[in-house]
Amino acid sequence: MSSSTDWPLWEVFVRSRRGLSHTHAGSLHAPDAEMALRNARDLYTRRSEGVSLWVVPSTEITASSPDEKDSFFEPAGDKPYRHPTFYEIPEGVKHL
Amino acid sequence: MTAALALGDDALVLSHRLGEWAGHAPVLEEEVALANIALDLLGQARMLLSFVGDEDQLAYLREERAFRNVQLVEQPNGDFAHTMARQLYFSVYQHLLYEELAAGEGEFADLAAKAVKEVAYHRDHAEQWVLRLGDGTAESHERMQLGLDALWRFTGELFEPVGGVDIDRSALSDRWLAAVTSVVERATLTVPSGPQSGAWAAGAGRQGLHTEPFGRMLAEMQHLHRSHPGASW
Amino acid sequence: MAAVTADQTTQGTAGTAEEAEAAHLATFDAAVAADDRIEPRDWMPEAYRASLVRQMAQHAHSEIIGMQPEANWISRAPSLRRKAILMAKVQDEAGHGLYLYSAAETLGTSREELLDKLHAGRQRYSSIFNYPTLTWADVGAIGWLVDGAAITNQVPLCRCSYGPYARAMVRICKEESFHQRQGYELLLALSHGTPAQHEMAQDAVNRWWWPSLMMFGPPDDASAHSAQSMAWKIKRHSNDELRRRFVDICVPQAQVLGLSLPDPDIRWNEKLGQHDYGAIDWTEFQEVLKGNGPCNEQRLTQRRKAHEEGAWVRDAAAAYADKHSARPGTAGAAAQPVEATA
Repeated sequence: MSSSTDWPLWEVFVRSRRGLSHTHAGSLHAPDAEMALRNARDLYTRRSEGVSLWVVPSTEITASSPDEKDSFFEPAGDKPYRHPTFYEIPEGVKHL
Repeated sequence: MTAALALGDDALVLSHRLGEWAGHAPVLEEEVALANIALDLLGQARMLLSFVGDEDQLAYLREERAFRNVQLVEQPNGDFAHTMARQLYFSVYQHLLYEELAAGEGEFADLAAKAVKEVAYHRDHAEQWVLRLGDGTAESHERMQLGLDALWRFTGELFEPVGGVDIDRSALSDRWLAAVTSVVERATLTVPSGPQSGAWAAGAGRQGLHTEPFGRMLAEMQHLHRSHPGASW
Repeated sequence: MAAVTADQTTQGTAGTAEEAEAAHLATFDAAVAADDRIEPRDWMPEAYRASLVRQMAQHAHSEIIGMQPEANWISRAPSLRRKAILMAKVQDEAGHGLYLYSAAETLGTSREELLDKLHAGRQRYSSIFNYPTLTWADVGAIGWLVDGAAITNQVPLCRCSYGPYARAMVRICKEESFHQRQGYELLLALSHGTPAQHEMAQDAVNRWWWPSLMMFGPPDDASAHSAQSMAWKIKRHSNDELRRRFVDICVPQAQVLGLSLPDPDIRWNEKLGQHDYGAIDWTEFQEVLKGNGPCNEQRLTQRRKAHEEGAWVRDAAAAYADKHSARPGTAGAAAQPVEATA
């Protein structure tokens, strides 16, 4: 019963208002990029949720693997000197 | 108020027809798209009818002969290609018309300025689908051509004069034909060659003469409202 | 929601297969216990995956089959305002079906596959949609009772342990908040309208009340999947717990409506601080579940028909995309994000 030509999956990113980045909103099926954009408009912005859209074929996304998460993300955990709260500044010093 | 009634009835009737697709669309994404268009049109209809009187009285209590919509919009949905042919013919017309109204200073300028954005999207939606169906598979090509051919004779009526809408009808007709031809040819289809109106029916919808399916559509639309005279919902 | 599907996951290499499995399970259990979310590429027990797919599919199917009983009244809505509301609502249901199929796709099950299973009768949808909408008031009763029951079920799902499902539910619950209100408002107008309208409203509530209570599923002691789903935090409350919460909510709402609930045994239980209610006819529930409800055949037939009649349209668009090389994974695919500014 299934069609031999299933439409590919697309990821939809919505900019909710000017000045903000596009955020992942969800996905949908479309035969091509033009239709994906239109379907995204109808589906993900019908309550005025956006001012701009990106659509990306799901297969084009490369993701980090959960198995590598230790080597990917943990090394950043012991470098608190990258955060401003690491430094003690005498009281009363302003504009720092 | 002839114009508000004519344009309002166009939007109301087409919205109703598109609403009949709910639950029957070829793919879920298209359920959402068709409903969006139907809702835009219904919103336009309600504003236009309210220029004339009470929207529900006008929608539910008029007889068939009092409706002023063109016959094109009352034509049954047929298959998806048939519906897209109807959408293409009507939305190109409506887009060109509303652009002019929005630029003018008539009583519909504000309404047209809002509606023209919606209608531009309807036109784009129809064009995208006519391209895909025309230049898709052999079957879709054939169905799309059938749809265009079947509805062609209802297109002449779009350019009949409407009291209160002061625009150059023949220029509108030329621009419409050029726009439709461009899409149809890019879709590898043929612009129908027959007459754009039946001999007896030129401008008939605007004068309250409709086609047989319209009476049945109204019967369904009005039945419940008419069964409870004076009730509020 | 389906950025990366589970089948793309690469497995770790350390230790024997059993050791790795045990380590994975420990990580998974700890994440669930800590109320952390499980994401698509995380390792998860096969049974958890199967259970999720089953539940999300059933949920998605319910949304799209659920369009039918309400769409049945779009062409006859008695005012233009009501017509617009109903169209927007049925449209939302298509949208919600879409969100949920997308969530299911993150587990590597395609929408096409799930639809095929639905069409073949191998996956279920909520039995409530096998009841017919006989009058306009049924649209109101569905909004108030059926959507009300659905919301009671769904709100806890926003905290479900599986990330994509929880996120889909957040969006759905936000959008559905108008669904129940419009139904209640519709019934209120009828109840305070003409005697004929009032009667129509009461009749609808009489017919939809019991099936709505059945929507929470079999009693806890007879529910096949409940216990495991609760442990995995796919489910957060038991069937009976949610059902009782729903009854407690509905009783005062019915009073404001001026309509009665068709259960003479409903009364406030001072000691327990909740309402008692009468026995549910589980035979009816089982019969409808088995396919013997009033509309099972009709609903599935219409769904199959829409799908089959749409095949040439879907094929055409795919063929067009191939010809114009606009499909992802083919040469010339849109590598740049296409931007539309509204």
